[in-house]
Amino acid sequence: MSTDPGAAPLGPGGPGAAPLGPGGPGAAPLGPGAAPLGPGGLGGAGESELAFAAGLGLGPQMAGSFGSGRGPRLLSGGGRKATIISTISTLVVLGGLAAVFWFAPGSAAFRHAFFSPSNMWQAFIGDPKKGYYSVGEAIWLNIRMFLSAEVLILILSLVIALVRQSTGPVLFPLRVLAMIYVDFFRGVPLLLVVFAVGLGVPALRLPVISTQSSTIYGIAVLTLSYSAYVSEVYRAGLNSVHQSQLAAARSLGLSQATALRYVVLPQAFRNIIPPLLNDFISLQKDTALVGVLGAIEALQAAGIYASSVFNYSSFTVAAILFLVLTIPLARFTDRLIERDRRRRLAGALR
Amino acid sequence: MSTPGPATGAAIAVQDLHKSFGANEVLSGIDLSVAPHEVVCLIGASGSGKSTLLRCLNLLEPISSGRIFLLGQDVTAPGIDPNLVRRQVGIVFQSFNLFPHMTVLRNITLAPVKTLGMPKAEAARAARELLARFGLADKQDEYPDRLSGGQQQRVAIVRALAMQPLIMLLDEVTSALDPELVAEVLDLLRELATGGMTMVIATHEMSFARDVANRVCFLEEGRIIEEGRPADVFTAPRDERTQRFLRRIVEAGRMPLRPDQMPG
Repeated sequence: MSTDPGAAPLGPGGPGAAPLGPGGPGAAPLGPGAAPLGPGGLGGAGESELAFAAGLGLGPQMAGSFGSGRGPRLLSGGGRKATIISTISTLVVLGGLAAVFWFAPGSAAFRHAFFSPSNMWQAFIGDPKKGYYSVGEAIWLNIRMFLSAEVLILILSLVIALVRQSTGPVLFPLRVLAMIYVDFFRGVPLLLVVFAVGLGVPALRLPVISTQSSTIYGIAVLTLSYSAYVSEVYRAGLNSVHQSQLAAARSLGLSQATALRYVVLPQAFRNIIPPLLNDFISLQKDTALVGVLGAIEALQAAGIYASSVFNYSSFTVAAILFLVLTIPLARFTDRLIERDRRRRLAGALR
Repeated sequence: MSTPGPATGAAIAVQDLHKSFGANEVLSGIDLSVAPHEVVCLIGASGSGKSTLLRCLNLLEPISSGRIFLLGQDVTAPGIDPNLVRRQVGIVFQSFNLFPHMTVLRNITLAPVKTLGMPKAEAARAARELLARFGLADKQDEYPDRLSGGQQQRVAIVRALAMQPLIMLLDEVTSALDPELVAEVLDLLRELATGGMTMVIATHEMSFARDVANRVCFLEEGRIIEEGRPADVFTAPRDERTQRFLRRIVEAGRMPLRPDQMPG
């Protein structure tokens, strides 16, 4: 787990990342796959500041000017001059983008379709009599789904990771199963699993399992799929704890399980919090996929509004709500990374 | 034990111990017996098998063949619970291996609480006593990365002692320390030896070994080449390999000797 601050998600080079910019007319991400956070939001856990800089065609020596060696700041490099330059460049970029949207030939129609305040408000509060749901209320379903899924994922993925890390010959079949599981769910598109479970399991007509709501199926699918990813995060975390820690614990007479529980896992967990939260940010957005099963979550509610009123402002509302959920988590992740880096530095100075 | 045991009363008895890592044989037939309250120092070049021998004694490494008796019990027999054995045999490593996410006190009390079922308060009281005895009383709430290397290693020794082991194994516990920090750790070991602790110490500190050990064993290529009282081994080594090793040590200035004590 590197302490690399990661690509500053709203870095000066990321114009796409300003959907809520001053002019308002940012590129509203519509589909569930859209990355509302720009370059930083696209990458997996391993995306580094350097990779970000390289992607922009900058040399390694330029990479420092994004995150800086002192943590995940948006702006770095001292001095008023630097501040002024970065302010101007930001205004130019954002202003340019705003101008494109504002002065495009179809700007008026575009703004009405996506940013009509009255439609946005209507979509937000909903109106059952007119046949559409409140997007603001529907987002609670997303929240419930990802919160439930997160708890289940943390448990299931830990079990998978521990099985994959086990060494005993007795557990060999389980290890193979765990490997197949991870390969399968990382390899199959999430949407496909949503369909397979959401439509397939009810068709089995089994008692209890075939009669659950699409929300339950959604939580199950998200858990199954994300556990495959998160188990790999756990595994990396377990590997990041030096073998000698386990040896020291075992040498004191602690059993393997007790040593894992009190010595290895707490250290591993501390190391994986940033990549874990990164996966959870992605999970929060993917709850929107459950909408295809008919669950009235935010994106589904927005779609129903859009098709009954012929105005897409509901999608903008949904986008804003998703951002409101994910951005605080992203900033919180940054802070944890920074705190961890400071702690390590403090230790290294001795 | 149905199988014939070693000489009765030995704290440690090792018989024809072999250990290989793949094709590489690290221990090639070790025979060693340690009496209760005896302090045995293992000396020899790096890679001679000292560390592996200690790790085998603690059952941290599965052995290839041979037998190990600890306190009269064959711990290489099938069905032996290594956790029970390790509770009686403490081991301390070169690299301290304190748990970095726990305070000093918690490092020490974890094993007694979790494996011996000792109540937390009692474990903490015992830990404070040990810390005070070794001059670490004010460090109980620190995290390991706030301590010097010497303090960390002393805490690691205290952590092993908290299990009230009958035997202590020390694996080059001063090798990772700055020279000025070595003394505080060696002093602690001296005190343990005086207190009657049975110890097997792998060390490069020859003058310490000469002072403290009842017996010195010289290892080379996985065998004990020579053993005896420190006065004999250090001043009149019989084996040519031992002489060569000690001469190098003296030349490196790591064992000040009078001219008439020079080996070889």
